[in-house]
Amino acid sequence: MNLVVTPGWYMTLAAVLFALGALGILIRRNALVMFMCIELMLNAVNLTFVAAGRALGSLDGQLAVFFVLVVAAAEVVVGLAIIVAIFRRRQSASVDELSELAG
Amino acid sequence: MITELLWLLIALPLASAVFLHFVGRRIGEPRAGYLATLAVGGSFALGLGAALPFFRGGAHGVTVTIWEWMPAIGASFEISWDPLSALMTLIITGVGALIHLYAVGYMHGEERFSRFFVYLNLFVASMLTLVLAGNFAMLFLGWELVGLCSFLLISFYWTRPSANAAGKKAFIVNRIGDLGFLVGLMLIFTSFSTLSYAGVFERASAVLSPGAATAISLLILVGAAGKSAQIPLYVWLPDAMEGPTPVSALIHAATMVTAGVYVIARCAVIFELSPIAGPVVATVGAATALWAATIALAQRDIKRVLAYSTISQLGYMFLAVGAAGHVAGVFHLMTHAFFKALLFLGAGSVIHGMDNEQDMEKMGGLRKAMPITAATMLVGTVAISGIPPLAGFWSKDEILGVAFARGGWFSLLWIVGLVTALVTAFYMTRQFVLVFLGQPRWDGEVHPHESPRTMTVPLLALAGLSLVGGLFNTPFRTALEHFLEPSFELVELAHPPAGLGMFVLLAGLSTMAGLAGVAAAFLAYNRPAELWARFEAAFGRLWGLWSRGYRVDDVYGATLVKPGLRLAEDAAFRFDLPVIDGAVNGIGRLVRAVAARSRGVQSGFVRSYGVLFAAGTIAVIAWMTLRGA
Repeated sequence: MNLVVTPGWYMTLAAVLFALGALGILIRRNALVMFMCIELMLNAVNLTFVAAGRALGSLDGQLAVFFVLVVAAAEVVVGLAIIVAIFRRRQSASVDELSELAG
Repeated sequence: MITELLWLLIALPLASAVFLHFVGRRIGEPRAGYLATLAVGGSFALGLGAALPFFRGGAHGVTVTIWEWMPAIGASFEISWDPLSALMTLIITGVGALIHLYAVGYMHGEERFSRFFVYLNLFVASMLTLVLAGNFAMLFLGWELVGLCSFLLISFYWTRPSANAAGKKAFIVNRIGDLGFLVGLMLIFTSFSTLSYAGVFERASAVLSPGAATAISLLILVGAAGKSAQIPLYVWLPDAMEGPTPVSALIHAATMVTAGVYVIARCAVIFELSPIAGPVVATVGAATALWAATIALAQRDIKRVLAYSTISQLGYMFLAVGAAGHVAGVFHLMTHAFFKALLFLGAGSVIHGMDNEQDMEKMGGLRKAMPITAATMLVGTVAISGIPPLAGFWSKDEILGVAFARGGWFSLLWIVGLVTALVTAFYMTRQFVLVFLGQPRWDGEVHPHESPRTMTVPLLALAGLSLVGGLFNTPFRTALEHFLEPSFELVELAHPPAGLGMFVLLAGLSTMAGLAGVAAAFLAYNRPAELWARFEAAFGRLWGLWSRGYRVDDVYGATLVKPGLRLAEDAAFRFDLPVIDGAVNGIGRLVRAVAARSRGVQSGFVRSYGVLFAAGTIAVIAWMTLRGA
């Protein structure tokens, strides 16, 4: 049996990764882990970009990935700083304990 | 050319008002007052210079556009400079400047001294806007501003409830007239498609049917009756006495009340086209003249006598303009401005010297304490009584002559005018006798004294004008008529009967009426106070009715004011509060109720937001997928 890797494979993998990330966001309480799940989702999207770009013979997909990486890096910097600040204050990174800002 | 400077006529007092508004308090008394006087005096000098071509004769009016406002409907800021507006300007600024000067002395020591002059200047500027307007839109602007200024000045002592009530009364009664006036202007616009004087008056005879002319004229009359205090809208003027006396003088002589007469004279072309407007105006005038004169008979307040006297004299002017004797009407407007300003300022001087006493029965014998005031008041009294050769005689006689010459219905009005002349002479002499002759009747603590120079100088100037002011227009030398001719080119003016014989007959009759009034009042009042009562009792209940002004205020209060208040209260508490406010508050309550229920969604738990977010996303994607398939 000759196995051919088609774009559909990549899309399926990306969808699985994205679902894992989304699930992680919904069930984990630790802010740091949730952060990693977000990264997982971002990279799942990146994978679809690259795969689609390759399939369509266009560079646009790879271009978009660079943007996502840069934005993700910036987001991580800010997000980690906030998480560290919160952790120093409360010795915990559980998001459920941070519900006081609700209206 | 001096016509290019005409805008300064309005701008000078207006600029002074603005300046004093901001820095008046800082420059203080009396400089603020002198500055205001100077501004009005400057307008007078400028007006005099600009009117020179009219004095030489033959010159026609010009219209100077200052800036275009709404040119499409003929409404720009334009100054119509013709003999009529020039004469009005000179009366307003000339008499106005004297009143300003007087007020410097009268308002001495007043806390809001400079504020008072802000209003006075604004009043003069508004009135000049009214008379100098070149179209009905600007006229209406001035018309409303005058109403506003009268409100501000009448309720100048705003801590007094009575002053506030009087100011409101003046404003509201004037608003009733203004409504009629405004509807009249709308009719003019629908008929002519323009509001400019030139466009209206020159085409009036071609455009207007008699019916339309009557409608417009009568609506203008409603407005004029409000401003000029004629039946049935005169009730605000006696109450306007609540303002400081210079305000009364300004309202009664130079500004405000002359506006109605001016407007009717200005719109003479329209009134002429209507078969009944003229007689209606004349009848309203004559009725008001007699009505107010009889009320004045029985007043005890020195200023109320003069207030009703003004209403009565304005009635004469309406009689004149109604009978198409526009020159006679404007002539009386001018002489009346002289002697009524004089009388008011004299009364103010008396009040000033008597420590704010206004009851004439507590005066008496003041001629020794206040010789200048007494002498000038005597001139004013004789002038208004129509004794030749003082100012009032000539103008009043011309009005009566016009009414007599028109014949028919006007003959009846002539008789009314003649009776009014007698009554006028009576109440004015009564006032003079009560205040200046006889024995002092005031308390020991009051020390009457002559007023300062700033007050007596205007009195003397006005007395001079009252002495000779009538000579502008006598049957022997019709200078004023020649002067005003270019303004009334389109109108057929009515004249007194020609011939010396008729003049002597008519003048003799009115002079006799005046002398009879003077003599009767002198006999009745120049004697101890106990005997007045017997004289007054002879009139029975009529006297009481007069002293309460025929109880018109009570009637209006019961029939108009009370239902009006009821309506306002119902509107406020039965409609506005439950319906309008209810709707607004109801929306507010609805939002709060929705918010209270939906608040729970925002728990603060990030992961529950995440669930909602994911569910939403899935729902949207599912919907798009299903729809797209």
